[in-house]
Amino acid sequence: MPQHTVASFDADLKVLDSMIGDMGDGAGRALSGATKALIGRDVALAQHVIGADRAIDTLQHEIEERAVQTIARRQPMAVDLREIVAAMRVANDLERVGDLAKNVAKRVVAIGEQRSPVALAAGLESLGLRVGEQLGAVLKAYRNRDAAGAMAVWEADGAIDALFTSLFRELLTYMMEDPRSIGFCTHLLFCAKNLERVGDHATNIAETAHFVITGKIIATERPKADESIAIDAAMHAPRTS
Amino acid sequence: MDARVNFDVEFQEQPAVAAAPKIVARDVNVYYGDKHALKGVNVDIPERSVTAFIGPSGCGKSTFLRCINRMNDTIPICRVTGKITIAGEDIYDRSLDVVQLRARVGMVFQKPNPFPKSIFENIAYGPRIHGLARNNAELEEIVVSSLQRAGLFEEVKDRLNDSGTGLSGGQQQRLCIARAIAVAPEIILMDEPCSALDPIATARVEDLIDELRGDYTIVIVTHNMQQAARVSQRTAFFHLGELVEEGVTEAIFSTPSDRRTQDYITGRFG
Ligand SMILES: Nc1ncnc2c1ncn2[C@@H]1O[C@H](COP(=O)(O)OP(=O)(O)O)[C@@H](O)[C@H]1O
Ligand SMILES: [Mg+2]
Repeated sequence: MPQHTVASFDADLKVLDSMIGDMGDGAGRALSGATKALIGRDVALAQHVIGADRAIDTLQHEIEERAVQTIARRQPMAVDLREIVAAMRVANDLERVGDLAKNVAKRVVAIGEQRSPVALAAGLESLGLRVGEQLGAVLKAYRNRDAAGAMAVWEADGAIDALFTSLFRELLTYMMEDPRSIGFCTHLLFCAKNLERVGDHATNIAETAHFVITGKIIATERPKADESIAIDAAMHAPRTS
Repeated sequence: MDARVNFDVEFQEQPAVAAAPKIVARDVNVYYGDKHALKGVNVDIPERSVTAFIGPSGCGKSTFLRCINRMNDTIPICRVTGKITIAGEDIYDRSLDVVQLRARVGMVFQKPNPFPKSIFENIAYGPRIHGLARNNAELEEIVVSSLQRAGLFEEVKDRLNDSGTGLSGGQQQRLCIARAIAVAPEIILMDEPCSALDPIATARVEDLIDELRGDYTIVIVTHNMQQAARVSQRTAFFHLGELVEEGVTEAIFSTPSDRRTQDYITGRFG
C-alpha cells in the first residue's frame, strides 16, 4: 500500500502493530508455559505464568489508549479505520488468552503434584500444543495481512473442539468409575475448557484479520465441533446390577 | 394466559432506498479550449437526498456542478458535450429557458456572497424577478419562511433591514442558502459551502443541509472527507476529470472498490 501523505500516520499504525506483536508474544508464552506446567505438574512454572499476566493486561490498556488517540488525531477512513479497530479487538482477544492461560496455571497450583492418568496427560498436551499452533499461526497471518492464512486457522478450529469433546468424554468416564477422582478431574476439565476457549479467541483474531484485509465479515457460520453439550452423562454411567 | 414468550421476530422487507434519479448525466465531456476537463461522466443523482462530490483540486468537481445549472455557458472557451436531464428533461435542449433552469437549480458558493443590500432584499430579490409573489404580503411571507427554513430567522428577525454583508460568515452562508430556497428550487448545488466557515458555523450549515434534504435534491462539493461522510447519502469520487467511483456513502468511506478512491480517502495521494 502506498504511504500516507502524512508520514507520522504510518508511524502511528506501525507502533500499534508492534504493540500487538509484543502482546501476542506475551500471550503465546503464557499459553505454552501454562500447558507445560499442566503436563509436567510444574507449580513453579505455573506461578511464573500467573505473575506474567499483569504485563499482558498493561499492554492491552496501552493499545486501547493509543488506538483511541490515533482515531481522534487522524480521523482514519476505510482500511485505516479497520486497522485501528482491529488492533483494539485483537488486543481484547489476547488479553482473554492471557487470562485463560493464567486460569490453567492457577489450577495447576491447586492440584499440586497429583499424578494424572497417562492417557489424559497426552490428550491435554495435544490440545495445548494444537491451540498454541493456532494462536501462533493466526498472529502471523495478522502480522502479514494474509487473508488465506487467517481463513486456514478459522477452518482448523473444529479439530480443537473435537479434541476437547474427546477429553470431556474421557474425564466423565474416569469420574464415574471412581468418584474420588471427581475433584481432580474437574480441575482438568476446566483446564481443557480454558484451552479450548483460547482456540475460539484465535478464531476471533482470524475473523478480525479477514475483516481488516477484505473489509468484509466472514459470511458463513463457523462449523462447530464441540459436541460435549450433546453428551448424555447417563450413557457413561458404569453399569449397576 | 399463555406464559410462553414469542421469540419470533418479523423482519420487514427493507423498502428500496434508491429514490428516482433526479439528475441523470450521460457521457458528459467538458473542454476549456483544448483542455479536456471532464471525461465521459455518467451518473444518476437521486432526488431528495444529498450527493457529495469529492476529489483532489482541479479534478473537475466544480466543472461538473456548473454543468447542472449551465453556468458553464457563461465561460466563452467552455464546451460541453453529452446529455444531462433533470426529471427527465434535457437541460441542454435548445428550447430550454436558462433563466427558468437557474430558478429550478439553486447554487451556493464557497465564499458567502450576499448582495450589498438589506437581509430582506437579499431574499426578496429572486422571488420578485421570478414573479413568485403577487403582493408585498406574499413576498414577506416567502422571506420569513425562507429564513426560517435556513435556520436564520430567529437571529435576524429584528434587523431585516440591516445589510446582509454585516452578518457573520456562517450567517451569511445561511442567508445565501435562504436566498436559494426562496425561489423554490428543486435542486441546490453547493460548491464547498463551508470552507470559509469555522467549525460551529460549519456544523450549523451541515445540520441545515440534513434538514433540507427532505425537500430538495442537494449536490455538494467538499474538500472535507468527514463532511462528505456526515452529510451525504451518496458520494462520487472524481480524479483527473474522471468520475472514478460513485456509490452509497458508507460503502465509499469504508470499502471503496477502486484503488484510487481508497488512496484518496485515506490520505495516500502523492
Ligand atoms: N474557467 C476556466 N477556464 C479554463 N480552465 C478551467 C476553468 N475552470 C476550470 N478549469 C480547469 O478545469 C479543471 C477542473 O477544474 P475545476 O472543475 O475547478 O476542479 P475542482 O472543482 O475539482 O477543483 C482544472 O484543470 C482547471 O484548471
Ligand atoms: Mg472547485
